[in-house]
Amino acid sequence: MATVTEKLEGMDVWLYHGQIYIPNTFSAGAVGSRFLIELRDKKRIMGMRCPTCNRVYVPARSICKDCFEQLDEWVEVSDKGTVLTYATDYETKSIQPTGSPIVYGIIQLDGADTGFVHMLGEVDPEQLRVGMRVQAVFQKEREGSILDIKYFKPLA
Amino acid sequence: MANRVAIVGIGQTYHTSKRDDVNQPEMVAEAVRSALTDAQLSIRDIESVFTGNMETFEGIFLPDHGMAAEIGALGKPGFKVNTGGTTGASAVAEGFYMVSSGLYDISMVIGFEKQDCGDTTAAISAAAVPVWAKGAATGAIGEFAKQALSYMEITGGTEEHAAMVRVKADKGACRNPYAHLKLGLQSIDEVLQSPYLVWPLRLLDFCPQSCGACALILATEKKAKKIHKKPVWLADVEVVHQEPFRAGVFGDPTGKETYTQHVACEKIYKRNNITDVRKQIDMAEIYEPSNWEELNLYEHLHFCKKGESWKLIEKGITEIEGEFPVNPSGGVISTNPIGATPVIRVAEAALQIRGDAGEHQVTRDTKTAIATALGGPNWTVMFLLKRSL
Repeated sequence: MATVTEKLEGMDVWLYHGQIYIPNTFSAGAVGSRFLIELRDKKRIMGMRCPTCNRVYVPARSICKDCFEQLDEWVEVSDKGTVLTYATDYETKSIQPTGSPIVYGIIQLDGADTGFVHMLGEVDPEQLRVGMRVQAVFQKEREGSILDIKYFKPLA
Repeated sequence: MANRVAIVGIGQTYHTSKRDDVNQPEMVAEAVRSALTDAQLSIRDIESVFTGNMETFEGIFLPDHGMAAEIGALGKPGFKVNTGGTTGASAVAEGFYMVSSGLYDISMVIGFEKQDCGDTTAAISAAAVPVWAKGAATGAIGEFAKQALSYMEITGGTEEHAAMVRVKADKGACRNPYAHLKLGLQSIDEVLQSPYLVWPLRLLDFCPQSCGACALILATEKKAKKIHKKPVWLADVEVVHQEPFRAGVFGDPTGKETYTQHVACEKIYKRNNITDVRKQIDMAEIYEPSNWEELNLYEHLHFCKKGESWKLIEKGITEIEGEFPVNPSGGVISTNPIGATPVIRVAEAALQIRGDAGEHQVTRDTKTAIATALGGPNWTVMFLLKRSL
């Protein structure tokens, strides 16, 4: 904890500078874990279908947003999809997965009813278009992480 | 006049140290579904949802935002409250205000904490006010150690009395299917042999870190009678704020501070013409992170005269089968999913009034109960519950 003083109307006042450290561990739960295991072991992107409204969620989740149904109907969706929107970050911070620039995209995978947030790669910024078709590129070494998908690259 | 408010649905998860099988929203959903089942309602019947959680304790921010779907709050009004240890009780008070005011006929309140996610003491200490508190931050354990010492000095109560309270709590927990710690304690010797965390507070003198959630469905009088055959009335609520005592958060060796419990009691007992607490109220579920604090609260909630709280446990008055049972559920010292803990106090008091507490149902016929919460800088939230109005 560092302390410094600053002048205020001729008097020293103390300012405390610090950083807060709070450890955390977040369980992905059984459904989230299976999604990650499929990515790691089979390079498959799994969704979950709601039997009531037929909506397919990607990533898979256990409860339907609209119907409040408990979900257990796993479906594999395509590794190909369409870019719905994107943003390019030229000043990345240490918590982000790669250096600058990062192109973030929201991708609707074929067979899914939801947008999937990930990165776009192997793409010239000039080339970026809403509606462009992309395909997942997987890491060679996978560890059960959303980043086992390296990025989505434009389909030739 | 404000609308009368009843509890028409009660649901809680089981409690344990780790829930790797579910993520935080999925765990909370278990309590929500359980409350809906109890009320025989659909999630569509719930008009608004209020949550309580100590978000830094799980090391993520705005956890309520990530669980709107799982708790049935999507597209509905409601928000999260966070007031320290009283968080869950503040959420119940919030739901009470909303239904009582006539804004909603049916509201749900949910308290939750998944303590396998974070580090409560690290969060309390890291986020303490840097100027005065950070260097002295010891988490809750240090505060309750000071309280225990003050208690002994002021009242003459002993470690043996605190151990009796601990054994009583365990008896309740062992009969409560939702309780976390079920130790099967046979005698006070087992408590007195447990190691000191911070003298004079022992390992068995303090609550565990639990994962769990508890949901209540509140309804207006008109709706309540149609929803549940045994509605439990939230007859009165009081919330009292405080700042931390510089001399100690939960005990006041200076004798000059205002105890929020006294303020809450003065208002609730006066409004409800309660002059003899143990006669007019049948049982209590109070917020006691430590057995020493339970003794402290007997006095400050006026269950006994000043300095005589240890006599209540010595005479067995607060046992499940006693004249005035306190925390037959096993209490906070057995189960502490922080944001859920005060909701559980209200839920357990309501179950006693309904006669639905199962193996830990108290012997005394419970028509009237109180539930309290304590936390942060010794705030108090206090509820009076009744079988009939």
